[in-house]
Amino acid sequence: MADISCNFLGIKSPNPYWLASAPPTDKEYNVVRAFEAGWGGVVWKTLGEGDPVVNVNGPRYGAIHGPDRRLLGLNNIELITDRSLETNLEEITRVKKNWPDRALIVSLMVPCEEQSWIDILKRVEETGCDGVELNFGCPHGMSERGMGAAVGQVPEYVEMVTRWCKTHSDLPVIVKLTPNISDIRQSARAAHRGGADAVSLINTINSIVSVDLDAMAPNPTVDGKGTHGGYCGPAVKPIALSMVSEIARDPETHGLPISGIGGVTTWKDAAEFMALGSGSVQVCTAAMTYGFKIIEELNAGLSNWMDEQGYDKLDDFVGRAVPNVTDWQYLNLNYIAKAKIDQDACIKCGRCHIACEDTSHQAITSMVDGVRKFEVIDDECVGCNLCVSVCPVEGCITMEQMTEGSDPRTNKPIDHDYANWTTHPNNPSAVKAAE
Amino acid sequence: MSTNAGSRPDIQSSRLEDEDYSKNFSDIHPPLNKHEAFVEADRCYFCYDAPCTVACPTSIDIPMFIRQIAADNPKGSAKTIFEQNILGGMCARVCPTETLCEQACVREEAEGKPVKIGLLQRFATDHLLEDGDKVFTRAALTGKRVAVVGAGPAGLSCAHRLAMHGHDVVVYDAREKAGGLNEYGIAAYKSVNDFAQKEVEFLLSIGGITIENGNRLGETISLADLRQNFDAVFLGMGLAGINALRAEGEDLDGVVDAVSYIADLRQAKDLSKISVGRKVVVIGGGMTAIDAAVQTKLLGAEEVTILYRRGKEQMNASEYEQELAQTNGVTIRHWIKPNKLIGENGKVVAIECEYTESKNGSLSGTGETLTLNADMVFKAIGQNFVAAPLNGSAEAIELDSGRIKVDENRRTSLGDVWAGGDCIAGGEDLTVAAVEDGKVAAEAINDVLSA
Repeated sequence: MADISCNFLGIKSPNPYWLASAPPTDKEYNVVRAFEAGWGGVVWKTLGEGDPVVNVNGPRYGAIHGPDRRLLGLNNIELITDRSLETNLEEITRVKKNWPDRALIVSLMVPCEEQSWIDILKRVEETGCDGVELNFGCPHGMSERGMGAAVGQVPEYVEMVTRWCKTHSDLPVIVKLTPNISDIRQSARAAHRGGADAVSLINTINSIVSVDLDAMAPNPTVDGKGTHGGYCGPAVKPIALSMVSEIARDPETHGLPISGIGGVTTWKDAAEFMALGSGSVQVCTAAMTYGFKIIEELNAGLSNWMDEQGYDKLDDFVGRAVPNVTDWQYLNLNYIAKAKIDQDACIKCGRCHIACEDTSHQAITSMVDGVRKFEVIDDECVGCNLCVSVCPVEGCITMEQMTEGSDPRTNKPIDHDYANWTTHPNNPSAVKAAE
Repeated sequence: MSTNAGSRPDIQSSRLEDEDYSKNFSDIHPPLNKHEAFVEADRCYFCYDAPCTVACPTSIDIPMFIRQIAADNPKGSAKTIFEQNILGGMCARVCPTETLCEQACVREEAEGKPVKIGLLQRFATDHLLEDGDKVFTRAALTGKRVAVVGAGPAGLSCAHRLAMHGHDVVVYDAREKAGGLNEYGIAAYKSVNDFAQKEVEFLLSIGGITIENGNRLGETISLADLRQNFDAVFLGMGLAGINALRAEGEDLDGVVDAVSYIADLRQAKDLSKISVGRKVVVIGGGMTAIDAAVQTKLLGAEEVTILYRRGKEQMNASEYEQELAQTNGVTIRHWIKPNKLIGENGKVVAIECEYTESKNGSLSGTGETLTLNADMVFKAIGQNFVAAPLNGSAEAIELDSGRIKVDENRRTSLGDVWAGGDCIAGGEDLTVAAVEDGKVAAEAINDVLSA
């Protein structure tokens, strides 16, 4: 059986799944339940300095639902821990002592003053925790006070605070990045320059999850008003994967350990983050939706898949997909694919047809010889994959590569050579191939 | 309860405890609540050229009304339904969806579980009827007047569409209440809480429609007079005749016409007053047979048997309806026909039957007989059109196979007379088909009147 134990920055855990810094990791009670359920580690909910913060006493969450009210996206306006620093430190100390085989990282957020970081690091080191995560990400509330995303959005601040932490503590430092920037590489490079041991991403995305049309106010609505919150859950996974891949393939940060976060719900999501270079993954919304028991599926699914693939340990596949993430300009323009509809699997809903007919290339029939039938017209199909995307039956429509003959759409013979935009004759700045 | 088994025949009322009546005759498919409706609506794929819509005789835009439910717009959803089928509320209750829209649903093909279109339609239409919002208004009045004969699904559908187009409509009906078979046919548990009348009220709220009850064609009104006094006439009077068994003993006490029995049951204020036999035999294979059989069982009959002269596949009642009868304890026996009814002192006590077989498509008795004891025998072998009242005083209207002949616009051989519902040739014995007839005829009438 595959070994799914994880060693991230020397921090060991029986599996790569950590609970992200969030409500599920705010208290000893929750964290112990998580460990009992089998979670590999936790990032303890963000600690701050001084008197505890105060949360709103009305709703803190809003949600986007898919069919059957399946939660696709969650948004929150909760702040960092609202319990006293002493209580948290005491509980962290006890939990780490009782659960030595689990990863216990402590998330921190204090004002951008060196002394504040020196003070909190000193207190946290005494707990015996495995590392710290710098919360440069929360987009709401704390950012108005010059913390969280307000720091993460300025690469110079990211670098400066990271450096303070590395200077004043021996603990491994993970810098948690905000996605509310235009180029994630800038923040990651800054963390790297500051000496970060790793980055974790993404924190939540600025969001208004919905508008209450009766109250005419954003949800969640607190006494008639709402504010933007942090968006997370399955809906944000694609954004997170892209950002993780950017850091993994950036020459400046390539090799910088990454803890992947953003909508991980099943083992497959986790494997995808890891394939793009994440050494561990952090989970929150899925646990907040279904409870801690999902760890059993996350572990079993990953282990089973690794066995099938012949991967003995996580390192065997972490980062494997990174070399295959490229720029558009390097995609092979000689690769020709056509959609193919499995008529036995087709349930004749016609969504492929209408999507193609109304919005794409008129390449799918609705009627053949007077009978309702959906077939791809190869002469028109550009291989766009829209039909695959909208088909409700998995595997019914597939994209098949053409390897022989000519593309009936262009009448050009299939060229087996690789050729991309950089050399294409339509590209005014094409590099002419050597004679 | 029935204890006097010795004194045959045993027909009596009050076989059940009071509470059992309301339990047995409560809503057979309880309505979806909002949560259930959302969950179910989410299952719809919003198909292109949706097979469900194609399968609906009234062409309701089913994916659209379901999408409107999912988008929390039940009123808009109901409007989508009513635009095509003004009796969409009753159709949601009585349509054999398992052989129409739900059979065509791609999720039936995908996983054998179609979207519950009928229940979703009921959710939307109930919402609008309960809200009482007015969604239809009349066009500018035309001053034209149309007579409609029969306030059943065909006539009401026609009247509503005509009123919408600005014409004034007078609907004549022989019965005390409007609704036709929606009010007098249909098993009670399919239309509870006086729904048929509520639907009529909703339909009439558009204005411009007058209902004249207690007027029977050939008695208080005549086709000739209607043609003279109105700009157009629509005939939707259904089937007045009951097919005879043509078996000896048909006149014995206890041999009952199922259609009248179902009507009496629907009109009964107190179901415990309805008499029912202890051993009941129902002859026939359609919906009327099923409705009579299930309801007599629910009234406390001990044994209820449906006899049908052909096989399961030939029964007009859908497979779902057959199963409904069976799960209610009704026995369905195929390939058996009645030979004669046996009586004692003028009352039926048994029925002698003969096994049948089909040879080269024609049905014949095998000669082997069996006798079933029965206190009550229901005739449910179909109804027929009684044409006599039509032509009492005017030129003859053309018939086809004993019913009124119409073209695709439901126009009869008389240029100013249209017809629809069960009384026309090719009539399908379906509420939803009758509604479509009325709608199509109304559009055709409107075209002619506004030409």
